[in-house]
Amino acid sequence: MDVGQMQRQWLDYTRSLFIEGFLDNQFLQLQQLQDENNPEFVVEVVSLFFDDSERLLKDLNFALDQQGVDFKKVDAHVHQLKGSSSSIGAQRVKNACIAFRNFCEDQNVEACLRCLQQVKQEYCLVKNKLETLFRLEQQIVAAGGSIPMMELGF
Amino acid sequence: MGMSAAAQFHVLAVDDSLIDRMLIERLLKTSSFHVTTVDSAIKALQYLGMVEDKLKGYETPEIHQNAEVNVNLIITDYCMPEMTGHDLLRKIKESNSLKDIPVVIMSSENVPSRINRCLEDGAEEFFLKPVQQSDVNKLKPHLLKSRSKEEEETQPINNNKRKQESSAPFNKNSYKIKI
Repeated sequence: MDVGQMQRQWLDYTRSLFIEGFLDNQFLQLQQLQDENNPEFVVEVVSLFFDDSERLLKDLNFALDQQGVDFKKVDAHVHQLKGSSSSIGAQRVKNACIAFRNFCEDQNVEACLRCLQQVKQEYCLVKNKLETLFRLEQQIVAAGGSIPMMELGF
Repeated sequence: MGMSAAAQFHVLAVDDSLIDRMLIERLLKTSSFHVTTVDSAIKALQYLGMVEDKLKGYETPEIHQNAEVNVNLIITDYCMPEMTGHDLLRKIKESNSLKDIPVVIMSSENVPSRINRCLEDGAEEFFLKPVQQSDVNKLKPHLLKSRSKEEEETQPINNNKRKQESSAPFNKNSYKIKI
């Protein structure tokens, strides 16, 4: 595959992530903050998001596993996860967190456990997608090409 | 009277989220601000030279000013453990040496009463997260105003005075609410 083909593949893949709702405009904002002086910015922020999310998902498992569930704590964890997913543009994770918080208010353990599964699922999906995207980027750069600029006007 | 174009504005950014600190720092740096980030309101107060007086909470020592620290604007998250951005705002506005520093609040939650309270208590702007470049572009006017005020030695800002804005288009990310 030549660089041009790889770049087209990258564009198609990125577009699909937006169309399917995995990513929103905030992800484009992240890309726009990346430049020659900060060439790894998006990967760095997204890696932090991965670490942060994995920690929060563990904490949520633990909190919901307790005899007497502390819903304030559960809500605090979900609030954090909602915040970080929103900050990187992981739209479906963010939306799953919003739904989750409603059930925290209701103090419904069963519903919260279902929500946690939902959030985990969305997180795994977006993690896979982003890792694929970053691999494509590495291939383009290794072949001497540059990453195209995404516009949201497609 | 022109001001030195080369003099950079120094922004202190306060947020307990590492991701959000990275983001706001990058956003501010692309606007050529010099940036310092801290992860709590207490660290912000310490950076600003405030010391803890066991009786009164945090106080700026009037005699010893932290002369090396020159912060032109403070941008802070609202929801933080221990001390919120709103508490930080109030401590700053209560301090004689710090009250003229413009403060901007960020929050992921769109709660009108919260926004109103912050603006009434002296915040210049309230940004909804995730903060955008267009929000950061709004900061320079506040900074230029502060700087020209320092240089011309005009009357000090009355912190409780509500700023009147000509009808600006509604922007989901930042707005002033008239009571």
